[in-house]
Amino acid sequence: MGLFAILFVYGLYSGLILAPIDYEQGEAYRIIFVHVPAAWMSLFIYMVMAITGAIALIWRLKLAEIVMISCAPIGASFTFLALVTGSIWGKPMWNTWWVWDARLTSELLLLFLYFGVMALYNAIEDRRTAARAVAILALVGVVNIPVIHYSVEWWNTLHQGPTVTKFDKPSIHLSMLIPLLVMAVAFKLYFIGSLFMRVRTELLAREQKSKWVTALLESK
Amino acid sequence: MFTAWTQIFKRDLLIAFRRRSEIIHPIIFFVMVISLFPLAIGDDKVLLQKIAPAIIWVTALLATMLSLDTLFRSDFEDGSLEQMTLLKTPLSMLVTAKIMAHWVITGLPLILITPLLAVLLYMPSESISMLLLTLLLGTPTLSLIGAVGIALTVGLRQGGVILSLLILPLYIPVLIFATLALQNVEQGFSAEAQLAMMLAILVLAITLSPFAIAAALKVSLN
Repeated sequence: MGLFAILFVYGLYSGLILAPIDYEQGEAYRIIFVHVPAAWMSLFIYMVMAITGAIALIWRLKLAEIVMISCAPIGASFTFLALVTGSIWGKPMWNTWWVWDARLTSELLLLFLYFGVMALYNAIEDRRTAARAVAILALVGVVNIPVIHYSVEWWNTLHQGPTVTKFDKPSIHLSMLIPLLVMAVAFKLYFIGSLFMRVRTELLAREQKSKWVTALLESK
Repeated sequence: MFTAWTQIFKRDLLIAFRRRSEIIHPIIFFVMVISLFPLAIGDDKVLLQKIAPAIIWVTALLATMLSLDTLFRSDFEDGSLEQMTLLKTPLSMLVTAKIMAHWVITGLPLILITPLLAVLLYMPSESISMLLLTLLLGTPTLSLIGAVGIALTVGLRQGGVILSLLILPLYIPVLIFATLALQNVEQGFSAEAQLAMMLAILVLAITLSPFAIAAALKVSLN
């Protein structure tokens, strides 16, 4: 978490102040340093959720179930952040808060998928059954991830194409790429940190009657 | 393996024909909701013609979702679903029989009645054949995907609302491609690409969803 704070501050500083002004988009492009990492995270966390879900289904690991479930609210918040910053960015660039563009729509769908996961988990009484049901749902939802990723090529709409790869033109300048990557790493660290906190809480809540938890509580 | 499959298929069809109201209710819902739109919009021929594919597709989506509720419910309640898991034939095979029967009972009549409704919404005749084609390719996919959601929520008391939360996002690719195909036809372009995508999604759903459904049912029966 400490490392996150350092990288986050550095990333924000270099992104908002050091990076040069974009000649087409002006100052407004700077929201990229929050928007793009948040959008990456929204997909990444879903993948983590699905993979831990598969692990939970195959090996019936209790910890994998807890990690999977703890991913959902964090992922939903990143998706929401990506949508909000995207719409703030869209206002000066496209002169509209929202377009029914493929990427925006799939990001919104991703948010709905996260909501579905959380709703299903809360609807089933038994925690372990709930986790297994959610794991199946998450794996089914993974089918949606490629649709999101390739939607740019498929629909080719208002949303600008990805510019982060260094191999294609138009590509991003190094002075903008570095803060972007720093922010991405910072977000990832934040995810790991908050995930561990959530997992710890959930684990303690589930095992509150077991011996090691009572021993832990007494020792404090 | 196939005897069990055909047995279940026939059994489900037989049960449905004994309780005809279950076949008719989704159709009535479909017709009623579609006829609400002209009432709400007014008799605006141009506008109705323009949004007719969207109206029909969204309503078909909702009708499919509502009708799916009966797919596993009665078998779950009287325990025959548990018996099916004990059979030698894999459950993933058996659920395809149930879904196929369910599609014949609810999906097919829906497609058959669509031309009539399309005329009510002033759709041109060349678009109607495309509409039927997209429905023919799309509704089985909807049934297969929806069955996953139903299998996950069958044991829950308030399953209905959660079901829509779970499966409506998964329905959207089908909806997008179907309506894109119809738009292309209306503007005089070929809709082959969209139809190929819908077929691809259908094939993907047929191959993958039975396993998800079987796994979800086993979790629900737990």
